[in-house]
Amino acid sequence: MLASVSTVWSALPAYAQSTAWIVVITVALIISVALLTLWERKVIGWIQLRRGPNRVRIFGLLPGVGQPFADVVKLLLKEVIIPVRANKVLFVLAPALALIPAFATWAVIPLSPELVVANIDAGLLYVLSLTSVGVYGIILAGWAANSKYAFLGAMRSAAQIVAYEIAMGFALVGVLMVSGSLNLGTIVRTQHGGPLSWNWFWLLPLTVVYFISGLAETNRAPFDVAEGESEIVAGFHVEYSGIAFALFFLAEYANMILISALTSVFFFGGWLSPLDGYLPEGGAAADFLMAPSFFWLGLKIFVFLFLFLWLRATFPRYRYDQIMRLGWKVLIPITLIWIAVEMVMSYNHVGPWAT
Amino acid sequence: MLVEVLFYVFATILIAAALAVIISKNPVHAALFLVLSFVTSAAIWLLIEAEFLAIVLVLVYVGAVMVLFLFVVMMLDIKVEEHRRGFTRYAWLGWITAVAVIVEIVGVVTARRFGVDITRGAAPWPASYSNTQALGSVLYTHYAYPFELAAVVLLVAIVAAIALTTRTRRGLKRQDINRQVNVQSTDRVRLVKSMDAKSP
Repeated sequence: MLASVSTVWSALPAYAQSTAWIVVITVALIISVALLTLWERKVIGWIQLRRGPNRVRIFGLLPGVGQPFADVVKLLLKEVIIPVRANKVLFVLAPALALIPAFATWAVIPLSPELVVANIDAGLLYVLSLTSVGVYGIILAGWAANSKYAFLGAMRSAAQIVAYEIAMGFALVGVLMVSGSLNLGTIVRTQHGGPLSWNWFWLLPLTVVYFISGLAETNRAPFDVAEGESEIVAGFHVEYSGIAFALFFLAEYANMILISALTSVFFFGGWLSPLDGYLPEGGAAADFLMAPSFFWLGLKIFVFLFLFLWLRATFPRYRYDQIMRLGWKVLIPITLIWIAVEMVMSYNHVGPWAT
Repeated sequence: MLVEVLFYVFATILIAAALAVIISKNPVHAALFLVLSFVTSAAIWLLIEAEFLAIVLVLVYVGAVMVLFLFVVMMLDIKVEEHRRGFTRYAWLGWITAVAVIVEIVGVVTARRFGVDITRGAAPWPASYSNTQALGSVLYTHYAYPFELAAVVLLVAIVAAIALTTRTRRGLKRQDINRQVNVQSTDRVRLVKSMDAKSP
């Protein structure tokens, strides 16, 4: 049975195989987002000494597992209200514009040593350009709704994302200098050789800067001024209801998973195993744990997602001027200094350049 | 065959979007059509295997420049009548620009007639060819000085723009972030013994 499936699979043309993978990855992402919302509410509940969602079950599984699916059904059945004075075309288009880049970026992310949907040379540039396009959904949602609160949220978010994109880009320049390639698969491969040869060790400041910028790019706490409830109700999506609101929700959580995946790929060795060479040879379990595989990438993504939730439960929201100060006056100088440090290291053949 | 079909599809979208930029009355719509024409021209550049230029076009123009542009356009309260008044007065400038652009396009398209063949022909590059790497190696060796000169010119422009727009008003109260961060509770609250706090 399995053998016949694999022969049929390899007989398929390349475009059919990529299409199949695109469908699989998209569906997996949507399910991950559903489970991530549940996990977020559970984790924050535990941190705040509550239980979190614990009523809806499916198939008698753990209590609470059905909660995200019940939420989806609720949001699907609710009425989608389009404000009278809104710009209808852009109002409907905005959620799609927020969602598409969050999914399209997964095309170039190497999920395992063999599996990447589009193995393109300029993968890092592709990632940067698509993540910068994601801001259009937020700006247009804020403008098209024709509401003061929504517009304020959109303006805050646009300024914030443009500011933090620069720090993000400079942090990736550091990664580029180590790997000498824009291809994400090559970037992972140049980090081989145990956790200490992953990029985070020599690029620790850039790693921190990248993750903080990722938090700001996804509008997550403590940088969630775009939807700060206590100040501007719900920010850019205040006029959205039902499934249109759910699409913004989906885009935000898909972006969280994306930033976690990118942090793992750029700084934490992607699908490389942290135990490589540390376990005794032989035995199926040891072989599996030492081999590079999707398992390790998934585990790293999970750890960073937990960090996202942990930060949200711990820190209060930044004041807007402090966000701007952090982005322009702290993070960007740090990246510039570290790029200069890398220049010196590479000239003297230290660290990743020691060959 | 497929490439030709794709080219004509993208070219049609590009021309329609470019027309919509100048026709549409709403400035936000015009800006968004400009975004669409940038994205479509990036797609056309991908067809001639200039992937670096295509992606950077999206990264710089769509991701940064147009976001800021949209940002400003959205906040403007544009009165259409006021702009219509100047329309005929500056029409001659528009015509000159249009004629210049048409002459340039004709010149590029018919360049082969004058014996300066700058196009490479239709033969695709081998799979190992990296557009980004080729561009980088030319830019940082052959054209290192012009490249750095361009960078300095941009830097000067940034400094000049900031210098022109910053104004310091006298008596302006500013926040000192270090003082804000380093503040202690003893700086703000002073505990005093109340007069009748005799009994424990």
